[in-house]
Amino acid sequence: MNQREVPLIFEESVPGRVATRLPDPDVPDVPLEEIVPKESLREKPPEFPEVSEPEVVRHFTWLSRRNYAVDLGFYPLGSCTMKYNPKLNEDAAKLPGFSRLHPYAPEELTQGALRLMWELERFLCEISGMDRVTFQPAAGAHGELTALMMVRAALEDRGERRTKVVIPDSAHGTNPASAAMCGYEVVVVKSDERGNVDIQHLRQVMNDQVAALMLTNPNTLGLFEEHILEIEEIVHAHGAFLYLDGANLNAMLGITRPGDQGFDVMHFNLHKTFSTPHGGGGPGAGPVGVKDTLAPYLPIPTVERDGERFYLDYDRPKTIGKVRAFYGNFAVLVRAYTYIRALGAEGLREVAETAVLNANYLLSRLRPYFDLPYDRRCMHEFVLSGRRQKREYGVTTRDMAKRLLDYGYHAPTIYFPLIVEEAIMIEPTETETRKTLDAFADAMQRIAEEAATNPDLVRSAPHTTPVKRLDEVRAARNPNLRWKPA
Amino acid sequence: MAFQYIPVTEEERQEMLRVIGVDSIEALFADIPQSVRLARPLNLGPPLSDPELWALLRRLADQNGHCDRYTCFLGAGAYDHYVPSVVWHLAGRGEFLTAYTPYQAEIMQGELQAIYEYQTLLCELLAMDVANASMYDGASALAEATVMARDLTKRDRILVSRAIHPEYRQVIQTYTRHLGMEIVEIPLREGVTDLDAARDLLSEKVAALVLQIPNFFGCIEDGEAASEIAHKVGALLVVGIADPLAMGILRPPGEYGADIVAGEGQPLGNHLNFGGPYLGMMATRQEYVRRIPGRLVGATVDVEGRRGFVLTLQTREQHIRRERATSNICTNESLNALAAAIYMVALGKQGIQKVAELNLRKAHYAKTRMVEIPGFSVAFRAPTFHEFAIRCPLPPEELNRRLLPHGIIGGLPLRRFYPELADGWLLCVTEARSREEIDRFVDLVKEVAA
Repeated sequence: MNQREVPLIFEESVPGRVATRLPDPDVPDVPLEEIVPKESLREKPPEFPEVSEPEVVRHFTWLSRRNYAVDLGFYPLGSCTMKYNPKLNEDAAKLPGFSRLHPYAPEELTQGALRLMWELERFLCEISGMDRVTFQPAAGAHGELTALMMVRAALEDRGERRTKVVIPDSAHGTNPASAAMCGYEVVVVKSDERGNVDIQHLRQVMNDQVAALMLTNPNTLGLFEEHILEIEEIVHAHGAFLYLDGANLNAMLGITRPGDQGFDVMHFNLHKTFSTPHGGGGPGAGPVGVKDTLAPYLPIPTVERDGERFYLDYDRPKTIGKVRAFYGNFAVLVRAYTYIRALGAEGLREVAETAVLNANYLLSRLRPYFDLPYDRRCMHEFVLSGRRQKREYGVTTRDMAKRLLDYGYHAPTIYFPLIVEEAIMIEPTETETRKTLDAFADAMQRIAEEAATNPDLVRSAPHTTPVKRLDEVRAARNPNLRWKPA
Repeated sequence: MAFQYIPVTEEERQEMLRVIGVDSIEALFADIPQSVRLARPLNLGPPLSDPELWALLRRLADQNGHCDRYTCFLGAGAYDHYVPSVVWHLAGRGEFLTAYTPYQAEIMQGELQAIYEYQTLLCELLAMDVANASMYDGASALAEATVMARDLTKRDRILVSRAIHPEYRQVIQTYTRHLGMEIVEIPLREGVTDLDAARDLLSEKVAALVLQIPNFFGCIEDGEAASEIAHKVGALLVVGIADPLAMGILRPPGEYGADIVAGEGQPLGNHLNFGGPYLGMMATRQEYVRRIPGRLVGATVDVEGRRGFVLTLQTREQHIRRERATSNICTNESLNALAAAIYMVALGKQGIQKVAELNLRKAHYAKTRMVEIPGFSVAFRAPTFHEFAIRCPLPPEELNRRLLPHGIIGGLPLRRFYPELADGWLLCVTEARSREEIDRFVDLVKEVAA
């Protein structure tokens, strides 16, 4: 990784330089004030840097070399499914027929795009056992919010005003945040000693004020909910909806379908399960799948087919409305569509099987060195605890995660789920070789040994990265969120 | 069958199962009840080889009439601007494209610094103190801005101009419906927000006055006056933006007292993409930073005193604060924000002014020529940036139909969102349109309207 500090682009600015040559106006010269009154014109231009094209290219290229990425190596980040992002997907999304298509172009000019969306909706329905899908949500959390809005609309349609959403203590933070944004009070249901939802506790918290249970399955411990059928019965007996956070769908492709487990509504993370790149934090896509009972409430428009013609349908009287402009992160949909067509049914099942195989293999390799709070067969990911290292050597999970950076890996997800002390959450995905898994396991083993024999080395890690541990307290206490000239 | 993205071989599979201590893959799935197992293969069709798949995708793409094949005069929230080659050559690098959110700051300094530069550039463009690392899109960013205004003022009523992009208004409705917020629409007068009506509606119950500048009809609103009447009753001024390039030449919202600016960043180096991914911009004043939704990158130092960057003020966010977070947003549109940063840098101080001026002048020329056609007139007198509404002697839908065979994508018929403006046609002329294209367009309109 590039150790050389890269100056801020503003610090490279030299007056007079340009990186893009624009034409002079080819229309008649009219005094600006005749077009726009003077008081509406900007007095002082924005202080953008003045640099030449080669400088722009070197600046961002050098910055890119101060980044870790899936293209560079293993990214065992639990709950994020950092699988390889196929290059064909990128080329597909760049085709001008997709990338240069205006969202309000007339219907006859958008038939290829609409067909792709229509077919992708059928694929996701088949994979999930849902009846309809909306592509509008831009991310998983956006999907959660959209789904809860539909639940709320359906309940109001039944004349019910329920006030609560039940969420397991192991859930992603987005679940309670989405519930709050939809005006719901959050009720937490505990996990049992096997890492499942505590059925007794679920019975206690369920009542006719509960709109939905938001469940992640396999859950964030990487474990399949063993009592899924019982949960489904309890939730539906109270007239509530069963929601699936589809973050962990990778383990289920072709094996079992949320729709068949009794889920009424779910979101997909195309940027996890369906291989679209994370882009350093986005864009993603969080389509929501629903059973027919919720279909009337889907955001507008939906994509429909009439013979050989595809069209957008805005005439849906019970719709919740829109959660963003236009139709969704279309270029992300192109990538997911390409991925599904590349693998087909057979390949997707092999994805799930291999993801689960790789996780269990890595778990077997790491089990001797770390605590395993929930000792079960895992699905696509597993959660270790660094509590032994913390207790015995004063080395925390954060320290060990930082030490992994020295070994050339991205760190696992740490301190999540919240119910595991010193949690280390590892998801290898199906796209890694056995050699990579072995090398990573060796590194983890060495770090466990270092924690015992040379704890200071681990506590002061990382040592080989472009910067060492950063002062986060200072960053938060005196926020410096933009550059200013000295 | 061997799949190109799954490296494990059958032999390795067997060895790995042995290490795990099971005799089949099936045993790994034992926790899943048989009754919910899928007993058949998914019905998705066979896997396609790479060349077959590429051919299929090209066929699908070729069925679309895109802006390289057609001359586009359509805007309305998605803009056909020239994107310099450097933007996606750099943003598309695998090191940026295939990275995760930069939580491990020590190995993500590239991403973090680039977003810090994005935040700075956006602050400069909008004349605001603080910008976040991006929201989903313009519409959802503006909706979250209204929620932020509610949280800051502890007031529940939001005044929303009817001259805001209709889809943005729909999203504001959807987002606020369940939060006990009340949305009141301010009527139009001559294509701009009726500020007299706004003044009457403003009271100490109002959290924010929300305007889009330039508005949906391309008209430049009086931000100064709006700011004054909003602040008089302690309400915030929230400014929506559909095309930030306008701020290369127009007075930026920070200069007339905007408290929150939210809008669409697509025109900053992002392709049309049939509506997404784009990026939501969100900026505010320094004193409101702890209520802003989304990620923020801050500068700090490492243990050896070297400059470095981290995600900061994370206690606002869902992974820490859960149901008490400022928003549920997690994944944002970082790559699009990166592209926007590269675009702004590639334009530079001169380029941003020049590109804005080109938009302004070309649209003005097109407007002047359009009204020379008998029966066509300007719908509104207010000054405009690169979009303008024209009243037509025949339905704009019909004009669009007649222009299409000539390879032209016409403007947006306003009837779609404003029934009272049934003869209105919203045209957009960016720097990507040449005078020749504009002249041809005007000549063809004259011809097909005759």
